[in-house]
Amino acid sequence: MQFRVIKKGEISQKKYTLITLTAIFSALVTSGLFLALLGLNPLEVYLAMVKGAFGTTYRLEQTIVKSIPLVVTSLGIAIAFKMKFWNIGAEGQIMMGAFGASYFALQYPDMSRPLLLVIMMVAAFVGGAIWGLIPAFFKAKWATNETIVTLMMNYVALKWITYLQYGPWKDPNALGFPKIANFTENAILPKIFGVHIGWIIALILVVLIHVFLKHSKKGFEISVLGESYNTARYAGINISKTILIAMLLSGGICGLVGMLQVAGVSKTLSVEISGGVGYTAIITTWLAALKAPWIVIVSFLFAALIQGSSFIQTAFGISAASALLLEAMILFFVLGSEFFTRYRVVLEYKLPFKKKEES
Amino acid sequence: MKSGSAFIFMKDITKVFGTVTATNSMSFEVEKGEIHALLGENGAGKSTLMNMLSGIYIPDSGHILIDGKEVNFSSPRDSIKAGVGMIHQHFKLVDILTGLENIMLGQKYGLFINKKLLNIQIRKIMDKYHLEIDMSKYVYDMSVGEKQTLEILKTLYRGAKILILDEPTAVLTPQETVNLFRIMIRMKEQGCAVIFISHKMNEVMEISDRVTVLRKGQTIGTLKKSETNPQELIEKMVGRPIDLSIKRIERITDNVVLKVKNLRADNEEGIEVLKGLNFDLCSGEILGVAGIAGSGQKELCEALAGLYPVKEGKIEFKGEDLIGRSPKEYITRGISMSFIPEDRLGMGLVASMDMVDNILLKQYHYNKGFLVNRKPAGLKAKEIIKKLDIQTPGVNYPIKNLSGGNIQKVLLGRELDVSPELLITAYPVRGLDINTSLKIYEILNEEKKKGVAILYIAEDLDSLLALSDRIMVISNGEITGIVKAENARKDQIGLMMLGKKEDEYAV
Repeated sequence: MQFRVIKKGEISQKKYTLITLTAIFSALVTSGLFLALLGLNPLEVYLAMVKGAFGTTYRLEQTIVKSIPLVVTSLGIAIAFKMKFWNIGAEGQIMMGAFGASYFALQYPDMSRPLLLVIMMVAAFVGGAIWGLIPAFFKAKWATNETIVTLMMNYVALKWITYLQYGPWKDPNALGFPKIANFTENAILPKIFGVHIGWIIALILVVLIHVFLKHSKKGFEISVLGESYNTARYAGINISKTILIAMLLSGGICGLVGMLQVAGVSKTLSVEISGGVGYTAIITTWLAALKAPWIVIVSFLFAALIQGSSFIQTAFGISAASALLLEAMILFFVLGSEFFTRYRVVLEYKLPFKKKEES
Repeated sequence: MKSGSAFIFMKDITKVFGTVTATNSMSFEVEKGEIHALLGENGAGKSTLMNMLSGIYIPDSGHILIDGKEVNFSSPRDSIKAGVGMIHQHFKLVDILTGLENIMLGQKYGLFINKKLLNIQIRKIMDKYHLEIDMSKYVYDMSVGEKQTLEILKTLYRGAKILILDEPTAVLTPQETVNLFRIMIRMKEQGCAVIFISHKMNEVMEISDRVTVLRKGQTIGTLKKSETNPQELIEKMVGRPIDLSIKRIERITDNVVLKVKNLRADNEEGIEVLKGLNFDLCSGEILGVAGIAGSGQKELCEALAGLYPVKEGKIEFKGEDLIGRSPKEYITRGISMSFIPEDRLGMGLVASMDMVDNILLKQYHYNKGFLVNRKPAGLKAKEIIKKLDIQTPGVNYPIKNLSGGNIQKVLLGRELDVSPELLITAYPVRGLDINTSLKIYEILNEEKKKGVAILYIAEDLDSLLALSDRIMVISNGEITGIVKAENARKDQIGLMMLGKKEDEYAV
């Protein structure tokens, strides 16, 4: 008796969906056991999670607010990943974008609202772009490892914002509490249908990035370079320029997220501004297979998961850690199911060979 | 003969990858003390069958018996224990270690290694099989032939009684091949079973005792060499009679298209890899380039195509110096040169993209504006499929799923589509079966007839002699001679490949 792992050929969309659904179901069953151990009814908890994410207008709005940064950051990351440039510095790029936007929000609180918001967006894009360009420049010039450089840049950005919050930008009116002053009304994004207009910006970007990656010359060059460095050279693609442009866009779009968060959600700058979105978005980008339309769906479901699990914390008095465990469980099963889309496992028993006499 | 009495006995072996049946109920028998050739086109299942014998793949069904005992290998380690050793086309050696250290690698010893004893053991094997190699030499200092000998020695040290050689002569000079055959015969005399995979009919006829022919995942039959001939074997292999001869077409003009003067280039470590090359290439001429792998062929091609930094010298194409021009300038300035690199999927094509996008690679520079237009490339793709008879489910199918021959045709089709005046092609038939190779030769001859100047780099001397007008031999970055193909001899070219200068330049 032995186990064997066999590689599958291309599988149909139907089968793929079936495997993913099975994975989610298995995750729910496993998590259910855990919840039962805590003395809770798993079905009630799951129902509450759905209600928590979509049950009321307010909760649905919250889910959308949480999906906006995920969508936009995933778009930025997708551009870099398409080039196989492993940008895990979205976190830092978001923070530097937030910094750029906050600078203008705090310096020019009385500027007219539309103008100030546009300037903040540009500043955020530039901030993120610079943070993306630095590792790109090193990679293009000296072929450094972008994974390490982008990761390290996250900490630089984080410490820079910490310094501002505890030092020069500390709000003197906050009674010694280390926080940066709230923005004036002019620096805050207006709302449409109850959610700040970031969702419109996100949807516009989805279309733009989709066209850029699928149908533009630069997008084509980025894909070719991602697949094969030598073929890119062979085809006459300017490699350094392509790396720089891709990372300028990738970092810039992530930077924009910083602006959406400070001007749409927190209304000020703080070290918690990115809330780990830069890392979570890596997962959503990957699950969406770098495809812009799928990024919207995956990010929305992911946001619902986060929103739902934060709701059950209060509703059932479950600890934050337990709620996180549920999130992690679903993620674990869904990511793990990827294995079964590519391979199948065979269990077999073989009859021993019998010699037969032949004339 | 009693079934199952052979030394190696593989029966009803089936292996399926995804939707492809690589071997379909194959049977294969090898006796002790014979050299057994395994012959078949690409995709016939040779490598799959041998990978199952050496424990790399596990058969889906079927039985493998060695010396009468059934074996179930679940890893190469099991097969080594059972006495099976495989020499792959790409050597599994560590460059920065010596020969001795490579042999010690992965072996189980106690805390200390008795090097003296080890040396004695190795010496014994070397004497037994007449192998000669300096064990203290570092692998990076070894020639391809030496590396191969080391691989064989390593396998023998691990107790192999069955040796599988996967296209071992593909990378060797004629002289090294002779040496390899001597070793193989010695092993046979010592009672080993040697399995020899090759595409080259003359080698199979020279060395083997029996030949098993495979076709499309099935065993067609096993023949004694003494009772067969190349024509019969090829018919069995391809499934129908086939004309093997390659025609040479007389060249028409004396117009020099490409003039290379004193071309010098360094590699990344600053070592000179092209040491002042001088040659001309006329339109309607095929200039063959022969040389041991790594003698500067790759660098020469890439330098001509603007992909390798040139230190000194001139590349004159129709009077225009190309040094310092980028590949993009080649395309946008309309320099009609096409380059078919040796590593088709690593350079030249994008494996995961479809035919349309791969054809787009050479066209999108002409697109005006921000977006690309895939329509013309799509039409071109359909045209190329028709013209070169490419087997593919469609133009939107990733090319990595095509067979090697079809991938090569996609590349050739794209490059010939621009009607180049100069065609540089490196190892265009590498890994392709006889049928497809002949088709490629035919295409090259057609281009030659049109007046295209062709630089043809190849490893197979037979095709070089048959196809080229002149053969340029390079060794270690230098031209050791340019000879007329009509009156060139193989052994003479072999010596020039090893660095012996040819004095009479028959230009």
